[in-house]
Amino acid sequence: MKLELTAEQRAARAEFRSFVAAEIAPHAGRWDREEAIPPHVIDRLRERRYLGSNVSPEFGGAGRDMIAYGLLTEEIAKGCSSVRSLLTVHDMVAHAIQRWGSRGQKERYLPPLARGEILGALALSEPNAGSDAKGIETTAVDGGDGWVLDGRKKWTTFGQIAGLLLVFAQVEGKAAAFLVERETPGISVRPLKGILGTRASMLAEIELRACRVPRESLLGRVGFGISHIAAAALEHGRYSVAWGSVGIAQACLDACRAYTAERRQFGVPLADHQLIRRLLTDMIVDVRAARLLCLRAGSLRDSGDPGAFMETMAAKYFASRLAVRAANDAVQIHGANGCSDDYPVGRYLRDAKVMEIIEGSTQIQQITLPLFEFQEF
Amino acid sequence: MDPVQDKIKQFLSRYFKNHDLQPEEDIFALGFVNSLLAMQLVAFVEKEFGIAVADEDLDLDNFRSIQAIAGLVARKTAEAAPA
Repeated sequence: MKLELTAEQRAARAEFRSFVAAEIAPHAGRWDREEAIPPHVIDRLRERRYLGSNVSPEFGGAGRDMIAYGLLTEEIAKGCSSVRSLLTVHDMVAHAIQRWGSRGQKERYLPPLARGEILGALALSEPNAGSDAKGIETTAVDGGDGWVLDGRKKWTTFGQIAGLLLVFAQVEGKAAAFLVERETPGISVRPLKGILGTRASMLAEIELRACRVPRESLLGRVGFGISHIAAAALEHGRYSVAWGSVGIAQACLDACRAYTAERRQFGVPLADHQLIRRLLTDMIVDVRAARLLCLRAGSLRDSGDPGAFMETMAAKYFASRLAVRAANDAVQIHGANGCSDDYPVGRYLRDAKVMEIIEGSTQIQQITLPLFEFQEF
Repeated sequence: MDPVQDKIKQFLSRYFKNHDLQPEEDIFALGFVNSLLAMQLVAFVEKEFGIAVADEDLDLDNFRSIQAIAGLVARKTAEAAPA
């Protein structure tokens, strides 16, 4: 097993880092306060082909491998977790279509997703269905020449501006997934404001009322909506969130390195205080451990190994909890400054907490990971 | 048991400990199949046998038993072979 990045991957990371330093990180605090990502930023992501970058070249994508994708996600998350959220949900939709779409669905949706011309959003969660995905109440009924969807989706990341929704619904008690275009009559979108973290992720509540979609909107088959379609999307999402969490933790470390060198108390820089060094040490080691878990998960995903599911979940579990610890310690190290908008660590803490909840909460993973582990020989 | 069935049995045996799974036995009826196994099973057959499971293959009958999975592998392998 090689743990070194290739020259190409290092070059790609340098490119991502440079872009984020110039165009993302300096503005992330303002976007967080304004609770929106400006359109020109999304244009820049499009130009750089950072959206839908895993889509196969056969469908006009960059065909980025999972390691390069992870590096991109980490770097974006270092700058702004809300922009990282856009990559995550958009790529989850693209991944689900690439994995389970018909030829026609792939040809219709993957090229514009790869070009970022339409943004994808995952409409799974509902007011009464979060971790219990199978408990969704949205229904789809056979309407002859198509499907008729009724229900309410909540916490749909970038639902305010997405052009393509991957909607999960029950068909006579069996879960199914549908590709629903934003302009379909019967869809109404209500922006959600005042979110704790990833606040510029333009969350929405989406109501589907007698929303009629063509028969070919069904992604996969009825009965496989959660077990295969959502599972594929969420697995990709967990991978993205794992790397995003590493990005937050690394951003915390970077912020603390600068602050502890500059800030003086008791006549010496904070970095000279042993209790501060102890906090930094945990951060330094844990972020490396989390990145290694992500690299392993990415390597297994690239090779199509069945073990990738567990390794991805383990990476997300560890990295998201680390991000919260690192951000909590970063605020502690910054003291009162950490509680103000003058420094980014308060935002990192709010963003990190979200990572423990999305794409499978910490508790769901605590229930699930032992099942994975003990099923092996 | 043919080599394909044998490999499938080895893989599934991880999930059906203390049970000698038979080729025609309904793994859903045994009650151990969950969404974790479902996706791992797809990944396993794709990697092990070099086939691509597509949307039209999403049918429980394709995954119901060792025999059924071997049948899916045989069909997909034949489809992928040059005419």
